[in-house]
Order: sequence, then C-alpha cells, then structure tokens
Amino acid sequence: MNKYLLSAADLTRDQAIEILDIAEGMADVNDREIKKLPTLRGKTVVNLFFEDSTRTRISFELAAKRLSADVINFSAKGSSVSKGESLKDTAQTLEAMGADAVVIRHSASGAANVLAHSGWINGAIVNAGDGTHEHPTQALLDAFTMRKRIHGDNSKGKALDGLKVAIVGDILHSRVARSNLLLLNTLGAEVHFVAPPTLLPSDASNFKAKLHYSLDETLLTEKPDVVMMLRVQAERMNASYFPSEREYARIWGFNADRLKALKPSAFLMHPGPMNRGLEIDAVSADSPQSTVLEQVANGVSVRMAVLYSLLSGERATDV
Amino acid sequence: MSNSYVLKNVTIGDGATTDIQVDGDKIVAIAAGLIAAEVIDCTGLVALPGCVDLHTHLREPGFEQSETVLTGTQSAAMGGFTAVHAMANTSPVADTAGVVEQVAALGREAGYADVYPIGAVTVGLAGKQMAELGAMANSKAKVRVFSDDGKCVHDPVLMRRALEYVKAFDGVVAQHAQEPRLTEGAQMNEGAVSAELGLTGWPAVAEESIIARDVLLAEHVGSRVHICHLSTAGSVEIVRWAKARGIHVTAEVTPHHLLLTDELVRSYDAVYKVNPPLRTQADVLALREALIDGTIDIIATDHAPHPIESKDCEWSAAAFGMLGLETAASIAQQVLIDSGKSSWGRLAEVLSINPAAIGRDTEQGQAIAVGSFANLALIDPKVTRKVVADSASKSKNSPYVGLELPGRVVHTIYRGHFTVRDAKLAESGRK
Repeated sequence: MNKYLLSAADLTRDQAIEILDIAEGMADVNDREIKKLPTLRGKTVVNLFFEDSTRTRISFELAAKRLSADVINFSAKGSSVSKGESLKDTAQTLEAMGADAVVIRHSASGAANVLAHSGWINGAIVNAGDGTHEHPTQALLDAFTMRKRIHGDNSKGKALDGLKVAIVGDILHSRVARSNLLLLNTLGAEVHFVAPPTLLPSDASNFKAKLHYSLDETLLTEKPDVVMMLRVQAERMNASYFPSEREYARIWGFNADRLKALKPSAFLMHPGPMNRGLEIDAVSADSPQSTVLEQVANGVSVRMAVLYSLLSGERATDV
Repeated sequence: MSNSYVLKNVTIGDGATTDIQVDGDKIVAIAAGLIAAEVIDCTGLVALPGCVDLHTHLREPGFEQSETVLTGTQSAAMGGFTAVHAMANTSPVADTAGVVEQVAALGREAGYADVYPIGAVTVGLAGKQMAELGAMANSKAKVRVFSDDGKCVHDPVLMRRALEYVKAFDGVVAQHAQEPRLTEGAQMNEGAVSAELGLTGWPAVAEESIIARDVLLAEHVGSRVHICHLSTAGSVEIVRWAKARGIHVTAEVTPHHLLLTDELVRSYDAVYKVNPPLRTQADVLALREALIDGTIDIIATDHAPHPIESKDCEWSAAAFGMLGLETAASIAQQVLIDSGKSSWGRLAEVLSINPAAIGRDTEQGQAIAVGSFANLALIDPKVTRKVVADSASKSKNSPYVGLELPGRVVHTIYRGHFTVRDAKLAESGRK
C-alpha cells in the first residue's frame, strides 16, 4: 500500500485486515464524547473532487478532521478539457501548497492511477472513486460492516472466509462492484454478481465471481449471506439497458417478498444514495436486515484508518 | 546538377549483393564493381524500395503544434519512407482542391518525401454530403485516395455513392471502419481488460460489421475499397472471405496493432490510447498471420502526432493516436523477418510496392531496377536499438519508447537525394 490506495487490489489480506482492525479502534473514538485524535495534527489533506459527491466528501472530511488534520475541499467541476484546467495543473498546484494527502474523486477511470504515477505530486493518494473503475474505501467500509454484523465486538483479526455475497445491479458501470469483488476475494468471500445481461461486461472472464441473471433464483439456490444492491444511475434509464424502471424494479429490485426469501442471518447492503422504489423498496431499506446507516457510520471509521495508515508514518508494518 | 554515386555491396531484398549506381533521380546501373566519383559502402545493408505510407497524419494545415508537413516528412525519411499519404482531417479539412493542392505544395517545398494528399469523402468529414472528389482528383494534387479517417463513412447510401463515384478517376475509398453508435464514448478494446479497468469498450463487432457491409457494397457496385487500420481477428476473416470471393478489397494494418495489446492500458498511460484501440494477443497473432499470407496487403503507420498536453492527462480526456513512422520498418522486420516466417520481398511489398499500387503512386514502389526512380531505404537489419523519445517528429507520443526494436534505417534516398544518411537527417530536402 505504501503511499497510495488506488485499488482494492493494492491490499494484501493481512494489510486489509489490519486496516479493518485499525478502523475498529477508530469506531471506538467515534463513540466517545470527544471524537478526536491528535494523530495527524499538522498534516494537510485535500479532498480533490472533480465529481459531485457530498456523501463521500463529507465522510473523508470528517475522517480527516477527527484525526486533527487540516482539510481543504477542492471542487473542480467537469473534466479537465471542459474546465480548461488540467488534472496536472490542479495536482501540481496542490503539491506546491504542501498537501500531504490527496483524496481524489474523478469521473475518469484511472484518474487516481494517473495522479500517482505521473510524478506530479509526492503526497499520499487515496482513490475516492474513479469513473466506473474502483472505489476502494467503499469496499473497505463494506467489508468492515460485514465483519461487524457477523462478529460484533470480536471482529478484530477476522477475514470473511466462506461468506457468500451477492452484488446486484449495474455491475458494468459500478466502481463499488469492482472494488468489492477484489477485496472480498482477498478476504476469502465468494462473490456472486446478479444483473441483467446488458449491465454485465460482455467479457467478465477476469472477474473472480459467479454471474447470474435472475435475482430470485440466486436467492433461492445460492442462499447468500449478504445481498448488496447497487444504485441505478439516472443515465442508464434511457439508454436501452432495460425497458423501464418498473420492469427493472420487478426483476432486479429488492422488495419485501425477496426480504422474506433471505435466510434469517442474512443482511442487505446499499452504498447509497438509494433510489427507493427502484433498486430497493422502503420495507427492505428500513428493515433490521438493512445495513445502510451502519455503512455510513463505518465509512468514517474506515477512512480514518486509511488516512492514518497512509500518513501517520508510525506503522510497524509497511501498510 | 551532377548527383552520381555508387552504393557499394548492397543486398537487394533477399537477393544478391551488388552495387547500385544512381545518377540524378534515377537508378542507372546495377552490377558488381561499379565506379563513380562518390562511393558509399553499404556492406551489410539491405536495400528496399523507399517505403510508402498510405496513412499519415501530417496535421498541417491547422494543427501545426503537433506536426507540420516538413517535420512529418522528416520523420518519414528517418523511417525509410519516400512517400506519405496525408490524411484529410486537418483544419480546414482537405475536402477541396485548394487544400489538397496546398498540402502537396508544402510537401514539394519540404523535399523529404512525396506527399500525396488524401481527400475527404464528405464535406468537413461530417458524413452528410459528398465532398468534391472530382475536383480533388483533377487538381494538381491528383488525389486518388479518399478517406474520412478518424470518422467512419457510416451512411450506407453515401458510402455506396462514394465507392461508385471514384471509379470515374480510378480512385479508392479508404474506410475507417467504426460503427458510431456501437462505439459511443469508447475508450479501449471491449473485452476482459476493459471490464476490469472500467473503461468504455470499443467492441470488435463495430469494426467488423462495417467491413462486412463495405466489402458487400464494393462487390455490388464493382468498386475497390480499402480498409484502414484493420485491428481484429474477425476483420481478417471477413477480408479473407471477400478476397476469396473476388471482391476488390485491400487492407492495412498498423505497426502498433502488430505488436501491442490492450494489456498495456492497465497503466492508464494515454500513450497507449489509439483508435481503433489496441486489441488482444489473439488479434495480434491473427493480424501477423494475415500480413504474412497476403490477406492484409500493407502496413500503414497511422502516424498520429499529438502535443504533450493531449496525452499528459487522465485517459478519457486524452487524444487518440500514436507516432509510427520511425519505428514501422523495425516492427515489420520483427514480424516478417526475425520471426523466420516471411521475407524481405514480402516486407518490400507491404511497406512500399502495395501501398504505392493502392494509391496509384506511379513513381513510388518501383522495383529496384535500372530506370526506376532512386527511392530507396537502406536498412541495417543486424543492429537492435532502444527507442528514445526524441525523434524528427514534432511530437513525442511514441508507445515504443524504451522498447528494443530490431534494425535501423541507415540511409533513405528520395529521388536520388539522401534525406537520411548514416542515420542522420539531411539538413535540407530535395530541391
């Protein structure tokens, strides 16, 4: 991992577990009355967001602030071409101002990789979502949430061996799905992708996952421990990926009937924001099986752990 | 002007080692033991007819920050080329007699290679209205190759009419085969790698469906059609089928599609971004085989210079295209000669004789024989060289930098004039 978290694949099993364990400690901090650690005092973290994402940005901002880092939010709308300021110039500007870490969200797949390998900046880099490629901190917070649901206070040191996770929806365009696939494989879980054929890659042979078209059949035959619903982006609605929102909701949406089909110990995840009534109905979203709000809370802890691991420089291992 | 010299101990293609005497712009003698005032020792060098590129982006007029006719033809000379066909996607577009004549004139002024302008098929490359193909054909530039390269002539009626119309002056339409709807927002080859990288795929079928349509159109109207930068195994099969059927189709492959694959995109380094995209290893192997067996007629570079800022950015914001002129002969050597699968004769066909024939360049691609124009590339096949970023091109977007490639162009002779001598560019072109 060293200075960068660009992909969930950057993490070995041990490194991933260690970050999740650190996040456990951070979660304790978040339960205190004074939710603050002095660890990153004097460090500057820049949230470089080329794409709107209030939730992810706030989560990173809170994480950095709870570690006492100085936080700067830099919103640069649109692509470098339309904006007239390139990624390179923006990055070098931040470097000149002395950023210790850049948290980057960008609509272009690979933007974080380019930033890391261009030599434009020396600081740490966290990929906070690059196009339809990856979103590694989302995968970490999802893994953290799964571990916590299963092992509760005894989560530390645990992986996700043998866990059966069904990820449902727009796999083709989902950075959440890609990062989860990689991290879940690393942690020993078994991944199932469920989607209409139009929303699966035409060649998924490099994906270590089992592919399904039918959600009902998957629930029935695979009996997943975890079902993760993906958000349907607005731009898919009128591009012939599926005939209508109603049909999508009927066949691939999660609802009260499907909730009944889950085994009792199973739970339901969603990275948010939810399209209620489309990929998930209100009954399921608000059910005890839903982890949506836990995911949000855990997001802060996990991002604290990531920033801490990248910036504290006091680590025993090379995480 | 006296310009007489002897190239001593030249190996002509796969054949004998002999001497070649040049006087003025012609080859005047081929025999052992020739004598002239100037004798150039060419021991160990292989002589080929000067290379002819059917697909070069010289960028002038309009994009002189990337390349000019002068720098582009200098780069061509360094690669052993004595003629280039300049693609029409300049600004203004080469869709009128005025623009093509200007480009041809710039080529003559530079004097590093014959510059044959390619005319746009449609006005402004917009795919709506046929450009004045006749005016370009009848202009001083004598255009015979027409292409909207960069864009596909996707309207089937317009393509049919263009194929028919150019018969009047023995022209050819060079199609950039890319179904536009199937490639909206496409960033790289659609396959297992694009699925991992989250980059929008450019499926092989978008190329193959257009080629299939166009060979059938060419058959229907009895015209010849040329396929630009064929990149997939499926395209090879379609062209093979069409040729077996007697359809007048010719096809080109770029050096990069013969060597590089979509695995390189994993770096997100935009130097590997090109259109059509780098494909899979299976495609590379099929293209090589097709080049050897004659299904693919030529290597064309699709030399596409871009300024640094167009590549030094995130992948999706970067421009498509890569340099190719100064590395094409080396890659041809690697694929045809060093593989042990083909011959220098075939290399001369794919890099000189066939492209000149397709473009109807009567003074290029001639056999190395007495009376032919002295257009020659002399290659030292024994050396290997590490490609460096600096080149004669104005741009630096070569995907080969750092790679070891076989062979070096030692001399390039353009109509008797050394444009490159001892691997150094001549200070001035042929006047």
